[in-house]
Parts: sequence; C-alpha cells; structure tokens
Amino acid sequence: MVTKRIIPCLDVKEGRVVKGIQFVELRDAGDPVELAAFYDEQGADELVFLDISASHEGRKTMVEVVREVAGTLAIPFTVGGGINTLDDMKGILRAGADKVSLNTAAVVNPSLITEGADYFGTQCMVVAIDAKYDEELGSWRVYTHGGRTPTEWEVTEWAKEATSRGAGEILLTSMDKDGAKDGFDLELTKRVNEVVTVPVIASGGAGAKEHFVDVFEDTGADAALAASIFHYKETSVEEVKAYLRQKGVNVR
Amino acid sequence: MIGIIDYGMGNLHSVSKALERLGLAYFIAEEPEKLIKADGLILPGVGSFRDAMSILREKRQDGFIQSWSNDGRPLLGICLGMQLLFEGSEENGDAEGLHILPGYVRRFNGRTQEGSTYKVPHMGWNKLHYNQPDHTILNGTESGHVYFVHSYAVETSSKDVLIATSDYHQEVPAITGKGLTIGMQFHPEKSGELGLNLLRNFGELVNERGQKNGEF
Repeated sequence: MVTKRIIPCLDVKEGRVVKGIQFVELRDAGDPVELAAFYDEQGADELVFLDISASHEGRKTMVEVVREVAGTLAIPFTVGGGINTLDDMKGILRAGADKVSLNTAAVVNPSLITEGADYFGTQCMVVAIDAKYDEELGSWRVYTHGGRTPTEWEVTEWAKEATSRGAGEILLTSMDKDGAKDGFDLELTKRVNEVVTVPVIASGGAGAKEHFVDVFEDTGADAALAASIFHYKETSVEEVKAYLRQKGVNVR
Repeated sequence: MIGIIDYGMGNLHSVSKALERLGLAYFIAEEPEKLIKADGLILPGVGSFRDAMSILREKRQDGFIQSWSNDGRPLLGICLGMQLLFEGSEENGDAEGLHILPGYVRRFNGRTQEGSTYKVPHMGWNKLHYNQPDHTILNGTESGHVYFVHSYAVETSSKDVLIATSDYHQEVPAITGKGLTIGMQFHPEKSGELGLNLLRNFGELVNERGQKNGEF
C-alpha cells in the first residue's frame, strides 16, 4: 500500500529559505538547493517550496531555484506562492517542478485550477488552503493573502469546490496551529479529508515526532508537512519516520 | 545513445536530468527520421491517453514505435508512456493504444469489494513486488518504494508481461515488458536511488545494443 509521506516545507524569499512563525517572524535557515539535497538524503518523500517573495525579481529568482533543485533532486517537489496565471505555472513546471500549488489565486479565480488541470493534468495541481476556526461560522473559514484576508468560504465547501475544479491534492494549513508546535489540527484535517477523494497534506503545528503519529492515525491524512522543526533540527525526517514505523504507520 | 520521444505530453525535463545524473547520453526529438538513429528510445508521458495517441498518430510516431519494438530494439515507456504500449484505455471513452503489450488500461474503481471508498489517483510511494526477480531491468536492485501518480492502471491476463507489481486495492502492474520493450508505471526519475538504478539498467540495455550496432 501507498506510504504516508513526510514533506519538509521550505519558505523561500529572494532565493533563501526562511520560516514564518505565525506568518510574521522570519528567520533565515539556509540555501534551498543544499537543504533540498539534505532532506532527500534524510528520507523526505517530497518537498514543498513556497515562494514568499513579493517582488517580480524574487519570482524570477524562484524559477532559477527550481531549475537548480530539479537538476539535483530525485524525489518530487511542489512549488507555490506567487502563481497567478497559466504562464506562471508553465514557467515553474517547465523549470522542473512536479506540481504547483495555488492558494489566493485559486480562491480569486477558481477557473485557474481547471486551466492548469486541463493543461498539465490534475496530478500537477495542488490547492493550498489556509483555514482558521470561526466561532460565528461554527467551522473553519478559508483565508487568503498569507492569512490576512478572510473569505466567504467554509473550509470543507471550498475543498470540495477546489477538487471538483481539478485540484489533485489539498495542502491544508491550520492557522490556529501554525507555529504553535502543539500538534496538527486533527479535527480540521479529518473534516476536510472526509469530503474529498484526493490526497490531503496536513500542515501547521508539528512540534514533535508524536504529532505525526497522531495526524496519520486520527485523520486519514496522506501526508504531513512541517518546516521549522526540521530546519532547526529539533527532530529529523529520519527520526520521525523511524518513530512512525515503530508505531506501525506505513512509511518508506 | 538514448532518444527521448518528444510529442508534447511529457515532463522531458526531469527524465533528461535523471539521465544526465547517470551519465547517459541522450537527445530529444520528435521526427522518426531523427529518432531512428538512437540505440534505445524513451516514451515519457503525462496527461490523457486519447490526446497522447492522437498526437502520436499525427506525428507518424505510432507506427514507428511499433516497428521499433517489433525489431527488438530497446524501448522504455514511463507512466502514460507505459500505458500507451497496451491495447487501449477507457480514459475519456475508449481509445486504441499501440498494441505492443497485451492488456487494457482501466480507471481505479475507487471502491473496494467490501464497499469502502479509497483515493484516486494512486499517488505517493509504494513498494514494488518483483514477479520476475531475474529480469535484466531489475539487475542488482533490491525491491523498495517508488513514486506513483496515476488514476488508470493496466489490467492484463498475461502474467508473463508482469515484471514487478505493486498493491493499491488491486494488483498494479508497475514494471511490464516483453523482450526489450519495458514499461514503468511509476516515475523512475522521481523515485530516489531505486528509480535511478532502474533507469541505469535500461541505459545498459541501450549501451549493449549500441555496441552491437557498432559491430555491424
């Protein structure tokens, strides 16, 4: 059977890896190409690069980073951030990325998901969702623009809409848990996983290897994504996978 | 020299990068007149079966690939490229394939016999089971995990074309082949060490072929 995937995420700004703690505080944690090779060696199943540079220059740099990474990496990788048009997708995928991830652009213009899926296939299209619990809604609300802008979407409704439009995978980030390091948002992940038939990547909140066991045992998630705990070597991909194996979770 | 068949349906970049890392010489071309100079061909492919076949026909590549395989020359189909080697697919209504290998391509059911649902595509790392452990393409490798992304899988009653399989709610043909025609349903170029070693083995088949050509 297919294994549960561990995915380190590298936030890239102007060609360097950084990680936002609760989306605000940034710390420099290294060179993307070197880090990619390091994680590949450690047994990472896949990588995600999020380009958080806002400038046009920064985005051109990202295409270069993708080209370099593609030349050295023998595992799949996804690139997100600043992708707003079919041409942006072509640029990133032709530079050698395996998938692109759409967030704000997908909410603003959902037909972009379909355009990409028609051109490259649904397997290339990841829709990233940032969600935050909303008392009034009694559920999780979808946010865009790096978590700054609330939308009208309830998270399961948007997840269903995104997949019906051609998303081949959902990258689900809990804004409540992101940076808190006290575990993934199990309830949110479970809810979303129940309504879609494509793989779900849980993100936000990983602070210890035990959290990965919880998310796989309790939610049905296919993959778990983490950044700072790997970047700052609080634990390693190797250690997490050894622990999962010991707990009976099927990993590579 | 390996020829990669360009018909606008593949991630040529990652396949060619992997060949470069292995030190295997290659070129990319779409015209049969150029491809015929290769010692072995790679047919990549991502996307729809029907679209792929109509492009292959349009570019006169279909007959070329069939006679290449019939002549016993090395051919490797990857992902959709493997599926195209079979008789046909039910993707987007039934479509004819290249008829090189016996079998038909069908969508994963998405529902087990017990009635529970499962996810389609089959996406992620899955373990290979070696049905023919002595096959040349598996030389020097040990069974491990490789990276799959597909919603359709080959169904065949000819066990002799199954070189390696995987399990995803059904038996999934993972490496198939007959003679020097080989298919890989997963992406060897994205499957870590094992994937690279499988590609290297194909490269060796091609090199042997090249040396024979040199003797003529």
